[in-house]
Amino acid sequence: MSILGTRVLRTEDPGFLSTGAVYTEDVQDERLAGACYVHFVRSTVAHAKINSIDTSAAKDADGVIAVYTAADLEADGIKPLKPMAPFMNQAMLQTLLASDTVRFVGEPVAAVVTEEIYQGEDAIELVDVDYEFLPAVVNMNDALAGEKGLLFPTAGTNLICTFGDASASNKDLFEGCEVVASETIQNTRVAPAPMESRSAAAVWGEDGRLTAWIPNQAAQGTKGSVVAGLGLKAEDVRVITPDVGGGFGAKFGADPEVLVTCWVAKQLGRPARWSETRMENLLGMTHGRAQQHKITIGGMKDGTVLAYRLEVIQDCGAYPKAGAFLPSLTILMTSGPYNIPRAESWSWSVVTNTTPVGAYRGAGRPEAAAAIDRAMDLFADAAGVDPAEVRRKNLLPKFTEPHKTAFGAVYDSGDYVTALEKCLAAADYEGLLAEQAKRRASGDTLQLGIGLSSYVEITGPGGEAGGPNENGTVEVHPDGTVTVLTGTSPHGQGHQTVWAMIVSQELGIPIEKITVKWGDTDLIPKGGGTGGSRSLQLGGAAVQQASRELLDVARERAAETLEASTADLVFDTVTSAFSVKGDPDISVPLSSLAGTERLFVRSVFTSPGPTFPFGTHVAVVEVDMETGKVYLRRVVTVDDAGTVINPLLAEGQRHGGIAQGAAQAFLEEFVYDEDGNPLTATFADYPFLSATEVPGYELVDMETPTSYNPLGAKGIGEAGSIGSTPAVQNAVIDAVSHLGITHIDMPTSPQRVWRAINAANGSKEA
Amino acid sequence: MTEIKLTVNGVARSDEVEPRLLLIHYLRETLGLRAANIGCDTTSCGACTVLLDGESVKSCTVLAVQANNRAVTTTEGLVAPDGTMSVVQQAFRENHGLQCGFCTPGMVMAATSLLAENPHPTEQEVREGLEGNFCRCTGYHNIVQSVLAAADKLSGSASSSAEVTA
Amino acid sequence: MIPASFDYEVAESAAHALSLLAEHGEDAKLLAGGHSLLPMMKVRLAQPAVLIDIARITELSGIRIEGDEVVIGATTRHAEVVGSDLIKAEAPILAYAAAQVGDPQIRHRGTIGGSLAHADPSADLPMAFLALGGSVEITGPSGVRVVAADDFFVGPFESVLSPEELLSAVRVPRGGSVPWGYQKFVRRANDWAIVGAAAYGGRVALASMGGTPLRALATEQALASGASVAEAALLAAEGTSPGYDFHADVDFREHLARVLVKRALEGKTG
Repeated sequence: MSILGTRVLRTEDPGFLSTGAVYTEDVQDERLAGACYVHFVRSTVAHAKINSIDTSAAKDADGVIAVYTAADLEADGIKPLKPMAPFMNQAMLQTLLASDTVRFVGEPVAAVVTEEIYQGEDAIELVDVDYEFLPAVVNMNDALAGEKGLLFPTAGTNLICTFGDASASNKDLFEGCEVVASETIQNTRVAPAPMESRSAAAVWGEDGRLTAWIPNQAAQGTKGSVVAGLGLKAEDVRVITPDVGGGFGAKFGADPEVLVTCWVAKQLGRPARWSETRMENLLGMTHGRAQQHKITIGGMKDGTVLAYRLEVIQDCGAYPKAGAFLPSLTILMTSGPYNIPRAESWSWSVVTNTTPVGAYRGAGRPEAAAAIDRAMDLFADAAGVDPAEVRRKNLLPKFTEPHKTAFGAVYDSGDYVTALEKCLAAADYEGLLAEQAKRRASGDTLQLGIGLSSYVEITGPGGEAGGPNENGTVEVHPDGTVTVLTGTSPHGQGHQTVWAMIVSQELGIPIEKITVKWGDTDLIPKGGGTGGSRSLQLGGAAVQQASRELLDVARERAAETLEASTADLVFDTVTSAFSVKGDPDISVPLSSLAGTERLFVRSVFTSPGPTFPFGTHVAVVEVDMETGKVYLRRVVTVDDAGTVINPLLAEGQRHGGIAQGAAQAFLEEFVYDEDGNPLTATFADYPFLSATEVPGYELVDMETPTSYNPLGAKGIGEAGSIGSTPAVQNAVIDAVSHLGITHIDMPTSPQRVWRAINAANGSKEA
Repeated sequence: MTEIKLTVNGVARSDEVEPRLLLIHYLRETLGLRAANIGCDTTSCGACTVLLDGESVKSCTVLAVQANNRAVTTTEGLVAPDGTMSVVQQAFRENHGLQCGFCTPGMVMAATSLLAENPHPTEQEVREGLEGNFCRCTGYHNIVQSVLAAADKLSGSASSSAEVTA
Repeated sequence: MIPASFDYEVAESAAHALSLLAEHGEDAKLLAGGHSLLPMMKVRLAQPAVLIDIARITELSGIRIEGDEVVIGATTRHAEVVGSDLIKAEAPILAYAAAQVGDPQIRHRGTIGGSLAHADPSADLPMAFLALGGSVEITGPSGVRVVAADDFFVGPFESVLSPEELLSAVRVPRGGSVPWGYQKFVRRANDWAIVGAAAYGGRVALASMGGTPLRALATEQALASGASVAEAALLAAEGTSPGYDFHADVDFREHLARVLVKRALEGKTG
């Protein structure tokens, strides 16, 4: 009986629940004894020249060991960070501490180092920065137009890069369309806000090597960022990944504060530690989404879509980070799961005087889904066709052989219509429509809205030449235990349990005897980490492959031991032993084959390409017509990510994604005023979702395997967050569509909804 | 410096502390009890939740000196000497009520206090009872499921285990 | 995240607290539950040099009936008000309001005296207290004075309490059968009210519609002259001066006031 596909409880949990996981701030290591504490002075203005920084009072304060500014870093030869890709404007440099200009509120300006933690917040207040205001460019449209100022005068523009080609636009794209609808919509900026904010602990050994404990999603990539950012040699750096309290895309690489902490440890010849406050996290950790979409969709009155155009502006914040690159994924997924004969898209990535934008659960793909599904509803409304019917009509029919889209994405397998029908049935779509009609007829204060999204998304992409890949090492020890090394980097996903399940299935060794390790670059020098929902389909497949190859090695040894040919041997996973065919009494346990020589295999699994999970979400909301408040009542989803290895964990991933996606649609947004001052820089102000704002989620099962790996698995981690945002937004608009409202931007706050209702009612009291 | 005497997880403690030392830092840094975490600076997120005389409090907004002559309980203290976890802790495990684990100790203490005051909560009461505890990973679904399951178990209810409804 | 340094004194009695206040003057703040004060100190919006802990003074706690009033000691915690059978019977709007404050952990620490003294125009208890038309007992160097709710709040986070005084008790009328309603408009459950409305008999109070909790006097007068609830509620925003933020601008707040007052007058909670 296979362990795969069963609800195995996590082996991580007893520790997590009792003494707690060990996050970077918790790490107690003798190498960190006597550590000093790093704190940052941060800009309180969005855009300004720095005339001077007076550190004298801070230097004299209790317990202050040192105060550093950009000048100190420069004197030590530390170079500014360059944008991550060569096609990004290379003049947009970021010094680790602001040098002559600050470009966003929260940008680190000085580092204050103290003996004790509590002294830090006292000391940073004493640093006096003389700012000379510059006009702040906060709106991405202003940034693109360039008339309100440039963040980087030497760059000559606020444009970082583009994808697609606006000049190649087909001006006849919508020819022959009976119905055309167009809207400019926002995909609002949000804060990833993992519960564990950023941290680092660093020490330089007498051997000249840096050991750094850093919460991250890919230790090898983080090490690369440390090496590059501080101009070090790769062999001199070791990154260790403690338990990580959530990442959601924002814990890749190494942020300036992490680099400064490592650098401080070197300067002072003493271990250094840093942990940020939540306010620093909301300002200093990269934000997510922040795209503006101009969507135009056209087709026939019978609901057939013929053409779609998507124009994207990506607000990247003050310095080009991963955010600048994400529109390329948005463009790749422009047409989603739909069969649209003529579609085109392009994007501009611009800098603004706000927190830099990075990856956030879905990273470019939720944006594409939100755009196309908003467009589908706009079209449905304009054509007078039911939104479910529009989707039914235009979804790509089921395919089992890879399907290439006009945007170059090769979808591996898909059955979008079945996902739609299963989800509609589970939601009782007809019943919901009837309830909605009833409430409309009686003019209920609480109107019902039903929103749909059918999505497909790309997971497990690789940047590497030769296709997406990951390594796994499996070693069987003589005592019957197993050690697994993986290049993935879990931060809540449960790889310790699931990789153990996979190995257990192959080797017949119980999961309690299997230890999974990750995140130590001395132990595992190569790895792609955990992001883009890549881990199971690449990392899980790698440990499965390594286990199978290990059995091949073991089989050779068993053949020698049993004096038989390998072809005559069978491996029994129940006993975890080899025996001669037909003679089960003559057997040799797998672990005994590690007695004289180590028994381990390192294997690299390479996938033919990324995989494409898909699904449909149906969201049901109630809208209070007098106040505009939205109540999320139901979220029903199909999220098909192929074979499910541990349903308990897969459900958890779906729940978490749904919550984040829904939150963006009706609750969360990171807000700046027109001067670039953040208005949502604490958890009291930023409307972070709590348990009272969401219902339980209704998950429908569907598994369409991929042929790209033996597990048949695609990536589930981000799927939930892709369908839920458009489903919830569409539901809110649907709730008030009988008034003629066709669009409300996300988040559908009470004020936005009320204003729409008011406008529709001609400003009469609602 | 001010002297405080209190019990933590049943063990008597006596320490000299700065008045401004937050209880969360006393527990983590002075006593080495690092399960409770700091997740915010506005008393919003509840990751620091512990029990003070059996009632849930946010230890980031309690001064260590305010705990003088009181009893503090943390998740470490919910585990029996033989290593058995409490019913609430077990329910979280069985129902996958945690992913990254950062909010979990605070969530467990809040749930423990909630059930002590309301042994038979409805799903809505559980959600409202956890309004002061933020989680980013789980979407709250399995957390609510865990608390309802723990309630069933603690009250020895013969009815079928409560399930989270939409 | 970390308050600035301060000295800490524990007051053994109300008299002791007063003498400490007299000694330290404006440099000192009283500490009961600390869930209004400590959050402000942690972000350094408040930096008192001395904290005087009054949490354990037994004479400042307790709930009892005195004639036609319920008397609640200042250090009574919100959770105790919520759970008090006496208050649920005699002033249910107060028990309901206390249950809306923050979250369970906050309610285990925050006190009614602390909340009223903090005088946050967006908070639940000041609004409910104003609707009830209660009064506070203020103990100072020259004895005890009683201030009516209508006279207690003077500005944002400002009451008539002077630095050497201590809010010692809260008095609310007994009225178990007085019709009441309570509305708190929020984005998330543990937020402060974007707008709040509390109705108690003929009195209507608002939160987040000005620098202090306010009475909706135009509504009250309309009701008193026989207007219907719907008509009277339309006047709810008169005399108010709401601010604006990214949740709600002035128009929206005024609109919400009208809607919430109507619902509160209909006896609804939500």
